[in-house]
Amino acid sequence: MKYFTRLRVRRIYEWRGAALGFNRKLQTYEYGSLSIRVEGLPHSTVISAGQHILIEGDDDDNPYVARVVRLFADESGAQKKAVVQWYVRVSEVPPGKLKLLGRNPHPQEVFFYEGRSCEDEVNAESVLRPVQVRHLDAAAPFPVSEDGDIFYVKLSWDSRTFRPVDPSLLDASRPPCRSLPLSPPSSPPAAAPAPGGPARRALPTPDPAVMRGAMATPASSRKPGAEAESLHSLTKLSASKCLSAKRRSATCRTPGVRKKLQLSSPDDPAALRDDVLQQLLEAELEKGRRSAAAASPSEPLRITHSLTPLRRTSRTPGRHDDFPLTPCSVRRRESQSETDSPPAGDDLSRTSTKRKEVQTGTEPVLEVLDEEEEKNCALRIPRRQSALKVSSRIRKQLNLLDDRLSSDEDEEEEEFVPSRKELQSDEEEDDEGDEEEDEELKVKKSRRSSSSAASRTKQKTSARTPRKAGPKTPRTHHHATPSIPNRAQPARRPGNILEEARARLHVSAVPESLPCREQEFQDIYSFVESKVLDGTGGCMYVSGVPGTGKTATVQEVMRCLQHAAEQDEIPPFVFIQINGMKMTDPHQAYAQILQKLTGQKATADHAAALLEKRFSHPAPRKETTVLLVDELDLLWTRKQNVMYNLFDWPTRRHARLVVLAIANTMDLPERILINRVASRLGLTRMSFQPYSFKQLQQIVTSRLNKLKAFEDDALQIVSRKVAALSGDARRCLDICRRATEICERSAAQLVGMSHVMQALDEMFSSPYIAAIRSASTQEQLFLRAVIAEFRRLGLEEATFQQVLVQHQALCRVEGLQPVGVSEGLAACRRLGACRLLLLEPSRLGVLQRVRLNVSQDDVLFALKAD
Amino acid sequence: MSKRKAKDAHLPIGECINQVHQILRKRFCHQQLPDKPEGVEAQHKHLAELLKRTAVHGESNSVLIVGPRGSGKTMLLRSVLRELSQETEVQKNLLQVHLNGLLQTDDRIALKEITRQLQLENVVGDRVFGSFAENLTFLLDALKKGDRSSSRPVLFVLDEFDLFACHKNQTLLYNLFDVAQSAQAPVAVVGLTCRLDVLELLEKRVKSRFSHRQIHLLSKLTFPQYLERVRDQLSLPDDFLDGKFAQEWNAAVTMLCLSRVSVARPSITPADLLDASRLCLADANANMLHGLSILELCLIIAMKHLNDVYEGEPFNLQMVHNEFKKFLQRKSNSMYNFEQPVIMKAFEHLQQLELIRPADGASAKTQREFQLMRLMLDHGQIMEALQKYPQCPTDVKQWAMSAFA
Repeated sequence: MKYFTRLRVRRIYEWRGAALGFNRKLQTYEYGSLSIRVEGLPHSTVISAGQHILIEGDDDDNPYVARVVRLFADESGAQKKAVVQWYVRVSEVPPGKLKLLGRNPHPQEVFFYEGRSCEDEVNAESVLRPVQVRHLDAAAPFPVSEDGDIFYVKLSWDSRTFRPVDPSLLDASRPPCRSLPLSPPSSPPAAAPAPGGPARRALPTPDPAVMRGAMATPASSRKPGAEAESLHSLTKLSASKCLSAKRRSATCRTPGVRKKLQLSSPDDPAALRDDVLQQLLEAELEKGRRSAAAASPSEPLRITHSLTPLRRTSRTPGRHDDFPLTPCSVRRRESQSETDSPPAGDDLSRTSTKRKEVQTGTEPVLEVLDEEEEKNCALRIPRRQSALKVSSRIRKQLNLLDDRLSSDEDEEEEEFVPSRKELQSDEEEDDEGDEEEDEELKVKKSRRSSSSAASRTKQKTSARTPRKAGPKTPRTHHHATPSIPNRAQPARRPGNILEEARARLHVSAVPESLPCREQEFQDIYSFVESKVLDGTGGCMYVSGVPGTGKTATVQEVMRCLQHAAEQDEIPPFVFIQINGMKMTDPHQAYAQILQKLTGQKATADHAAALLEKRFSHPAPRKETTVLLVDELDLLWTRKQNVMYNLFDWPTRRHARLVVLAIANTMDLPERILINRVASRLGLTRMSFQPYSFKQLQQIVTSRLNKLKAFEDDALQIVSRKVAALSGDARRCLDICRRATEICERSAAQLVGMSHVMQALDEMFSSPYIAAIRSASTQEQLFLRAVIAEFRRLGLEEATFQQVLVQHQALCRVEGLQPVGVSEGLAACRRLGACRLLLLEPSRLGVLQRVRLNVSQDDVLFALKAD
Repeated sequence: MSKRKAKDAHLPIGECINQVHQILRKRFCHQQLPDKPEGVEAQHKHLAELLKRTAVHGESNSVLIVGPRGSGKTMLLRSVLRELSQETEVQKNLLQVHLNGLLQTDDRIALKEITRQLQLENVVGDRVFGSFAENLTFLLDALKKGDRSSSRPVLFVLDEFDLFACHKNQTLLYNLFDVAQSAQAPVAVVGLTCRLDVLELLEKRVKSRFSHRQIHLLSKLTFPQYLERVRDQLSLPDDFLDGKFAQEWNAAVTMLCLSRVSVARPSITPADLLDASRLCLADANANMLHGLSILELCLIIAMKHLNDVYEGEPFNLQMVHNEFKKFLQRKSNSMYNFEQPVIMKAFEHLQQLELIRPADGASAKTQREFQLMRLMLDHGQIMEALQKYPQCPTDVKQWAMSAFA
C-alpha cells in the first residue's frame, strides 16, 4: 500500500545557517530556513518562512497544505518546530459545509484557514516538501494544470463559512520586490514597528488593520521580543506551554475560549470591515455573557477584534483594551460610518486614500475578488450614508432580535435559506456563534427585502453562472448527490384539527422536546460534554427495545451540544453517525466514517487504515469526534474486528473520539462480544426502559400540544394497550394517527373511544380467524380434515395423503362430491400460501407433510361460528 | 353452430364472435380493471385516502395489503392508482416505484431497480453504478435530501412483500420504513402479500418502524354473489356493436348462471364450462398413468400393494419385482414374465416420470436395485386410472383390487 512505500523514504532535516536569534521569553531559537534532504539523494530542498509546504498528515494522498510563518528550535535545539498558517483542502472541509460553496470545488483548491481550532505549531520534521499556492480571483476560472503541486486559493474558511480571501495575506511567498497589484502601496506607520528585527517577510504589509488586528496574523512579520505577546499566543503549545497554561487556567471560562486564545492568529482582516452593528450586538452579547468572567487576557483580545477600525488606527500596538464598550458605542458607530462613506462609490480612488480609512485597504480587493460582493456593495451603501439611519436600524435589529424569540422562526428560515447560500462568501462576520449568525441573517434579510425582488434574482443569476461553468470536472462526480425531484405543486397544509393532529402525531415530526427521557438525556449529555471538554475519548452503550427513543435522545443531545459549540461554550467537535442497517457490510462502516469525516472515498480496507492512522497519531489539527453507531449488533463479524476497532480507537491517547453505540439488546456485550471487545466497550451503559402507559400518554399529549383532538379516555386506552404490549412509542403514535383517520371518516369532531378501539382492532387483531371464516368450503373442510387426522394420529403433523383420506370421508359426510387429489392439493396449497398451514416443499406431492400454523382451538372456533 | 344467426343483417356472425373473444380476453387475460371494485369498498377507500395523503400532504405512510391469492390485491392497488391518477394534483406529484419480490431477489437488484425507476441514474451520468454499498448510500442520500413539503412523494409498491423480508438483514425494508418514519422525502410503502403471518417475518426493529396498517382482503362472497360476479364478467357491454347479438348473449349468460340448462346457441354452454373446469382440475399424475405400458402399470400396482402391506414404508426394485412375480405365479395368463433388465428399465422410466421418488435423497452408493423408493400416487388415483385405462387385462384389474385376487 501506498503509505508503506513512502515511509521508507527517510528525510533528514537540518537548519541552514546559525540561529537568527534567541527568544528569551519563549526560550526558542529562531531560524531562517530549514533544509530537507532525502537520504540517498544529493540535492536538498530549502524551506524558509513564507514558503508553502506540504505537511504529513493522516492521509498520505492528501497531505496538509500550509505556509511557514516561522521556524524555530526549542531550548535544547533538539526539536525543530514550525509555526504555520494552515490551508484547508477540499477534502478536509466537512462535506456538509461544502454545499456552502455553491459550486463544485476544484480538486486542487485550498482554502485559507481562519478557524481557531487548530494548533499552528507543527513539528518541522513532518514537513514533506515545498509546494506552490496561487491566489486566484474568486471569479477567475481555475487554470487547467496537471501539476499536482500547485494549489489555488480563492476563499478562506473558518470552519463555518467561506469568504473571499485577501491576496495580500497569501502572497507572502512572493519575493519582496514584487508589490501587490491590488493592495494599497503604502504601508501605514502603525504597521511598521519593525525595529531592526530580521523582517523575514518584507512584503508590503497591506494595511494597519491587518497588522493590528492580527497581532498574531501569520502574514505579519515576527519579531522576537518586539511582539512577544502575540508570539506568545502563537506558540503556546511549545516551549511556552507551561507559561500559558498558567494564564489559561487562571482566566479561561471554558476550553472554547482557551482554544480561541491560543489560536486567534489567523483572523481574517476581512472581518475588520465588518458590519458595525454586528459588532455592537456582538459586543453587547459578549459582555452579557461574560459579565461574570473576570478580566482576562483572552477577553480584551476578543474585543479588539470586534472593535471598529477607527479606534484601531489611533491605537498603539498595546493590546489591552480597557475601553468601555457600551457607552461609546453610538459615537463610534457614527465615526465609523463617516470614515467609511467616501470610498463607498469610487473604487479607483481608493489606492490613494489616507491611512485613516482602514477598511478600504481590504475592501477594494475583496470586491474585485468576489463578484457576488457587488450585490452586497449595493446593500452596504445606505449603511454608510448616514449615521442616523444606521442607528435606527440597529434599534430595529435589536427589536427584531427580541421578536425573534417569540415569533415563528420556521418561515423566515425557509425563506432565507437559498439566498444565504449564495451569500456565504460575503458573510465576513467573525462567527461567534449561532445566535450572532442568525442576527446577521436577519440583518441581511431585512436589508435585502428592501431591494426589489426582480433585481435580486438578476444578480443572483449573473453571479452564479460563471462559477457553474468553471470547474466541472468529471472528478467531482462523487459529489453529485442525487435528489428526488421537487414536486410540481406545493404540499397542502393541514386543514382542520384532525389533520393538524395527524401531522403532529407522525413519527417523523420532530417534537420540541423529548418528554420522559430527561434523565437519559442528562446522562448522555454530561457524558459527551465532559469528554469533549477534556478532549478525551470514551464509549457508551445504549440499549433498549425498538421505539423507546434511543436514537432520538442521542440526536437531541447532539443537537444541544452542537448548539453549545456554536455558542463557544464547549470546543467545537465533529458529529457523525452511522447505522448498521444502512450499510451493506459491517466493514463499510470504515468507509462511511471516513467519508463523513473527511469527504474522502475509499474502500473499506483503505479507510480502515486511514482511520487507524488518524486516531492513533497526534495530528496538528484535531477536534473531538463524536460517533454515533446505531444498530450496533449488525456490525458483528466473526472476528469482530469492526467493533473492536470502534471501541479501541477511543482508548488511544490522541484519538479524541467518543463512541455512542446503540443496540436493542441489553446484554449484547455479554452475549455476542468477545472479551477483548466487551472490555473496551467499558461499563458505561444505559438502558432505555419501555415506556409506561403514563409516559406514552404524556408523549402523545406533548405532541398534540394542547390541540384538542382526543378524548382523554381514548388516549389512555391506547397508551395502556401499547404499554402492555411493547411500550413502543411509534406504535402508540401510529394507532393515534389511524384513530384520527377513522374519526375523520365518521365525521366526528373528537377522537373517541370507538375510533380508538377500531384502530386498535385493526392493528392488533389476528387475521387468522377472519381468514378461516372467509375460506372456501373445500378449504374449510380440509382444515377440519387436518385436525381430525391430527387427533387420530396423536401428532401435530401428517402427510397430505393421510389428510386427504380424512378429507374425502368428510366430503361424503357433508354430502359433497369427494375431491380428487389435485383439488385437495390445490386447497392445501392455498392454505399454505396464507400460512394457515405449514407445508413442506410442494415437489413432494402427496407425501408432503402438513402442519397447522394456528392453534386447533382457533380453527374449531372459527369453523363452528358459522 | 352459428348458422341460425347468419341471417341477421347487423354483422356477420364471425365478426361478432371475434368481438366477443376480444372483450372477454381483455377481461380475463389482460387484467383489465373493473370499473368499480366490488365487495372491497372499505379497503379501497382506506388505501385511496392513504395514498392521497402522501401525494397531497406529503405524509409518509406504510401499509400492507394482505389477502389470499386471487383475492384482488393488485387489482385494488391498481384501481386506486387509476383513480388517483385522474387527479392532476396527484398525478403530477407522485413518483412510482414498482418492485416484485420474485424479480428483485436481493437488495442489490432492488436498489438498482429503484434507482432506475426514479430516474436518478442520470445524476451520475454515464458512470457505471458502483458497488452495492455505494448504491445504497446513493439512494439514501437522495431520499434524505428531500423534505416533506418540497420533494415529490415516492410510492414504493412491493409485490410479494414476504420475499423482501427474506433478504439479508432486511436492509431494504428497514431503510424504506425508516425513511417513512423520519422527516425525509415523503414515501408511501405499499406491500402486497398473501401471507397472513407476514409481520412475524419482520425483524423487531423493522417491525417497529412499520406502521402496522394492514388492509385485509378476504373474499366474503356467498354463492349468489359469485354468480353475479361471473355473470357480470361474461356479459357483453351495452355498447356492443351488434345490439341484438349482445342481448341474446347476455340472455344466454343469465340463463347459464341461473338454470344451467343447455342451450343450443352461439354462446357458452354449461358443458363448455364443465369441460373447462375438468381441464383445470385434471390431475396430471393420474393422466400420466394412461400413457404407461401395461408392465409399468403392473409395477405400480405391485407398489400399491407393498404400500398397503408395509404401511407406507419405502420399497426397492427387488421387492416390487418379487411382488410382481407372485402375481405372475398366481395368474399368468395375460402377462409375460419379463427379464430383470426390462423390469429395471420400466422402473427407471417411472422414476423419470417422478411417479416414484427416492426415499432419502439420491444416494448413489446403493445399487439401483436396492435403492429405497416411495410411490407418489394415491390409491384413488391408481384405481381411477385403471378404470379408464384402455384394454386393461381383467386379471390385472382384479389384482389391483386385491392383492390376493
